[in-house]
Amino acid sequence: MKRSLYLFAAAVLFAGGPALAQNTITIGFTASQTGALNNDSTAQMRGIELWKDHVNAKGGIKAGGKSYQVKLVSYDDESQNTRVQQLYTRLITQDNAQFLISPYSSGLVATAAVISEQYGKVMITTGGALEKTYKLGNKHLFQLYSGSTQYLAGALKALMQKDPKPSIAFVYENDPFSKAVTIAAREQAKKAGVTVAVDESYAGSTTDFSPVINKVISAKATALFGGGHYADGATLARQLHEQKAGLKWVTLLVAPDSPKFAELGDAANGISVPSQWEPQVTFKPDFGPTPAAFAKEFTDKFKIAPAYHAAGGYAAGLILQHAIEQANSIDPEKVTEVLNKMDVTTFFGHTKFSDDPKSHGLQVGHEMVLAQWQKKNGKLVKEIVWPDAAKTANVIY
Amino acid sequence: MWRRPFPWLIVVAALLFALVPYFTNDVGMRESLLLAAIYIILASNLNLMIGYAGYVNFGNIVFFGLGGYICLYLVTAWHVHVIVAALIGGVAVSAVALLFGTGILRLRGAFFALATIGVNQAVQQLVVNFEPWGGATGIYLSLDSYKPFGGPMQALWWMYLLIVLLTAASMLLSYVIKNSKFGLGLIAIGQNEDAAAVLGVPTARYKALVYSASAFLPAMAGGLYFFKSGIIEPGAAFNLEQSIEAIVMLMLGGAGTILGPALGAVLYEEMRGILLTTQYLSHFQLVIAGVLLLIIVQFVPGGLLGWLHRLWPRTRGWLQ
Amino acid sequence: MFGILASVIDGILVGAVYGLAAMGLTLIWGVMNVINLAHGAIIVIGMFLLYIIVYSLGLHPYVAIPAMIVFGFLFGIVLYWIAVHRVIGQAELMSLLSTFAVNMVLIGLGTAVWSTSPYNVPVSMPSISLHGYTFTGTHITAAIMAVVIAGLLYVLLYHTRIGKAVRAVANNREAAELTGIPTTQVLAMAFGLGVALAGVSGTLIATLFPFTVLSGDAYQLKSFVVTVLGGLGNPAGALLGGVALGLIEGLATPFMPVSWIPVVEFGLFVFCLIAFPRGIFSFTKA
Repeated sequence: MKRSLYLFAAAVLFAGGPALAQNTITIGFTASQTGALNNDSTAQMRGIELWKDHVNAKGGIKAGGKSYQVKLVSYDDESQNTRVQQLYTRLITQDNAQFLISPYSSGLVATAAVISEQYGKVMITTGGALEKTYKLGNKHLFQLYSGSTQYLAGALKALMQKDPKPSIAFVYENDPFSKAVTIAAREQAKKAGVTVAVDESYAGSTTDFSPVINKVISAKATALFGGGHYADGATLARQLHEQKAGLKWVTLLVAPDSPKFAELGDAANGISVPSQWEPQVTFKPDFGPTPAAFAKEFTDKFKIAPAYHAAGGYAAGLILQHAIEQANSIDPEKVTEVLNKMDVTTFFGHTKFSDDPKSHGLQVGHEMVLAQWQKKNGKLVKEIVWPDAAKTANVIY
Repeated sequence: MWRRPFPWLIVVAALLFALVPYFTNDVGMRESLLLAAIYIILASNLNLMIGYAGYVNFGNIVFFGLGGYICLYLVTAWHVHVIVAALIGGVAVSAVALLFGTGILRLRGAFFALATIGVNQAVQQLVVNFEPWGGATGIYLSLDSYKPFGGPMQALWWMYLLIVLLTAASMLLSYVIKNSKFGLGLIAIGQNEDAAAVLGVPTARYKALVYSASAFLPAMAGGLYFFKSGIIEPGAAFNLEQSIEAIVMLMLGGAGTILGPALGAVLYEEMRGILLTTQYLSHFQLVIAGVLLLIIVQFVPGGLLGWLHRLWPRTRGWLQ
Repeated sequence: MFGILASVIDGILVGAVYGLAAMGLTLIWGVMNVINLAHGAIIVIGMFLLYIIVYSLGLHPYVAIPAMIVFGFLFGIVLYWIAVHRVIGQAELMSLLSTFAVNMVLIGLGTAVWSTSPYNVPVSMPSISLHGYTFTGTHITAAIMAVVIAGLLYVLLYHTRIGKAVRAVANNREAAELTGIPTTQVLAMAFGLGVALAGVSGTLIATLFPFTVLSGDAYQLKSFVVTVLGGLGNPAGALLGGVALGLIEGLATPFMPVSWIPVVEFGLFVFCLIAFPRGIFSFTKA
C-alpha cells in the first residue's frame, strides 16, 4: 500500500507541472449555489471573482520572474457537507488547483479542511469564524475572519458604556457558530457582573418567536443579544418590533449585515450587528484597493452594495496573492511560511495568523466593528458605532 | 450459496469497485465512488424494508447518523479503534432498532412512513441538545485520529476499502435474505400482511427483525463515513433529504431486486455529480433531477431492472 | 402570570394558521390516499405570491388571498394531471416520489429566481397590547381568516353536491364511479382544492413572518404533526390539531428550554401515531 501511495504523491506533484508552463494559477473553491447558505455564499463568491478580474487586468500574480493569470474553478456544494470533500478532491486532483479558498460557513470549512490538509494545499478560509477547526493540527489553513469569541465583545462594551447594569437576554440559534459566539459573550457578560435575564437557544427551523419573546418580556430584559443566521434573524427582529418587547438594545448576528435587512423597515431601526467589515471603514491598506474603492467597484459590477461576506471573498484572494508574491514562488510550503509570518493591513483590516502549533492559522490581527441600522431622513442606513476610533455615528440607545 | 453465480457477481463487482481507483490511483474517482458506495449501502438496506416487506421507511438515515455519532464518540472520548467503534455502533443501533421496531411497526402504510420521519426528527433534535456528543456543534476529529493508519491520506484509502466491503456485505445480505424462509415471509408480508399472518408467518417478529437488520450496515457505514469526513454534526448526520434520495435511487434501479438499488445508487450519484460540476447546469441541477425522477415514476415505475425484465423476460433469472 | 396567558393566546392564533396549512395536506390524503411531498413548496408559492402582489403589482396584501385561491386551484389541477393522475391507486411509494419530484423542481426554480435569501412583506395592522404583551393585528387577522376559510371548506364538503361527490370518491372510488360521478374530475378538483389551501396558508404565514424559498420545509413537517394530531384525512380535525400544536409550542416555552420544544413536538408526534393512529380529534369523522 505504502509504495503506491508514494507513486501517487509523485503523480500529484507532477500534476502541478503543466499548469506552470501555461502561466496560470488555478484557485479552487466551492460555493453554495443552492440551499440555505446561497445568499451569503454568493456574496463571498462575487468578492473572489472581482479580485480575479482586478488581478488579471493588472497582469496577474507575479512570482519567480513570471506572471500568472488567475483561473477560478468552483462547484456547487448545495450548502451541505455531503459533497464538499468529493468536490475539493476533484478540485485538487482533476482541476489541478494549486491553492484553495474555503466554502462559506464554519461547518463546510471544517469538512473541506480535511482534504486541503491531506494534500498539503494552502487554504485561505473566509466565512468561517468557529475556532475549533484551527485546533485540530492543520498546518496549511489560514483564517481571515475574527474568531467567534470576538463577535459580541464589542457590542457588550458599547452597551455597558450606555448602561453599566443592563439585563441581557441571550436568544440564539442552536448551531455551532451562533452557540460559540453567544456562549462566549454570556461568559464575558457574567464576568462583568451583568444580569443574564434569559438564556435560550432555538432550533434553526423555528418560524415563530412569539413564545420566546413573551419569555423575554416576562424576564424584564433591557437588551437582547443573539440571533443566528439569515431567515431566523430577520424573523426575530420583526417580531421583537411587532410585539413591542420594550428592549433598549438589540444585537443580532449575521442577518442585519445584509443590505436586504432594510426591507424590514421600522423593525430594522436601532438593530446592531457585529461585522467583520463595513464599507465605511477607513483602514489604510499596505496594498490593494482602499475600502471605498472596493465598495465602489463591487457596487458598479454587481449592482448591490458589498457586505462583509463579499469583502471577505475579495480579501481571501488578495492575501493569497500577496503571500505568493512575497514567497516569489507557487510552492505551497514557501507560501505557507510567508503566511505564517504575515502581518499586514488591507482594505479588510489587519491580518495576522497565529503560528502557535496548538491554534495554527487562527486569525489574531483582525478586529471587528459594530454596525447599527439608523433612520436618517426617513431612510435606513447602516452606521459604524463601535469602536470609537472607527465610528461614523453615535450609537442609538 | 456460493454454488450459484450471483454471489460471485457481487464479489467481482466489489473487487472492481475497490481495486480500479486503487491501482489507477485516481483519487477523484475514489471520492465519487465512495459516495456511490455509501448510497448503495443506504439504498440496498432500505430495500429490505421497502422492496421486500413493503414498509416505506423515510427515516432510515437515522441509523446512519446514530452509527456515526456512536463511532466518533468512542474514537474521540475513549480512543477506541475506529473499526471496533464502527462495529459497536452497528450492534448498538441494531439493538435499539429491534426494541423500537416492535412498537413502531404496529403502524402500517402511510402511518408508518410518517412515524419514521418523526423518529428521525426527534432523534436529531435530541442530539442537538445532547452535550456529551457536542450538541449542535457536533464532534470534530483532530488530525491525530488518523495516525493509526499512517496519516489522513492512507486513512481515507482504508475507509474507502472498508466501505466497499460493507457495500458487498449489504448486497450479499439482500441476496441471503431473499433466498431464505425469512425473505419469503417478508415478501408475503409485502404482498398481503393479513394473509401472510393467516398462513403462519410470524409477522410482528419478522418485521422487527428486518427493521433491525436494515439498521446494522448503514450504522457501520455511518461510523466509517464520518470518521473519513473528520466531522459530524446533527444537520449532516440526520439529513432527511438524503434519506429520500436513497428511496429515489432504490426506485430508479428497481425495488425488490438485489442489483437494482445498487445500479440506481450509482446512476443517481453520477448524474448528480455531473450536474453539479457542469457549469451551466449547476444552477438547475435540482430542476433537472426532479424532472427526470418525475418521468421515471410516471413511465418506468418498475425501475431500470423492472424495465429490463419486461423487455427481456429471460434476464429475470440471472439479474436479480 | 399573564405571560403564560399571552403565550396561550399567541399559540391559538398561530395554531389556526398551522391548521389551515395542514388542511390542504390532509384533504388530498383523505380523498386520494396521496401524501403530497410538494406541500411545503406550494406553501412557498403562496408566500411569494404575496410578495409579487405587494411589490410588483402594488396591491393591498390581502388581495393576495383570493388571488392565491384561484391560482392555487388551477395550478393544483395542472399538477394533478402532470404528476398525480398516473400514480393514483399504485403503491404509496409512487405518489410519494412523484410529488417529491415536483418539490425538487419547484424549489430548484425558486432558488434560481429568488435565491434563498429572506423576503419580507410588512403588513401594517393595529395591534392590541395588554400588560406589556402585544398581540399583532396580522396574527389576529390571519387566525380569523384561517377559521373562515376552514368554515367555507366545511360548507363546501358537507352542504354542496360537489362536496358530496368528493366524499363519495374518498369513501369508495369504484362505487362512486358506478353511480355516475366523474371520479377523475373530482380527484383533480380535490387536488386543486388542497393546493389552494396550502397556498393560502403560505400567503397568510407570509403576512406574519419573513420567508425564504426553503421556508416550506418547516411548515410541511408541522403539517405532518398537525395531521397526526387531528386525524389523517380529516380537514375539520386539522384545525383543532393546528391549535393543539400552537398551544404546545406556546405553553411549553415558559417551562422548559426552547431548544427542547422540537424534541417534545416530534416525540409527541411518534407517540400519537402509535397510540392514537386515528388522531386525537377523530370524533369528527370526515
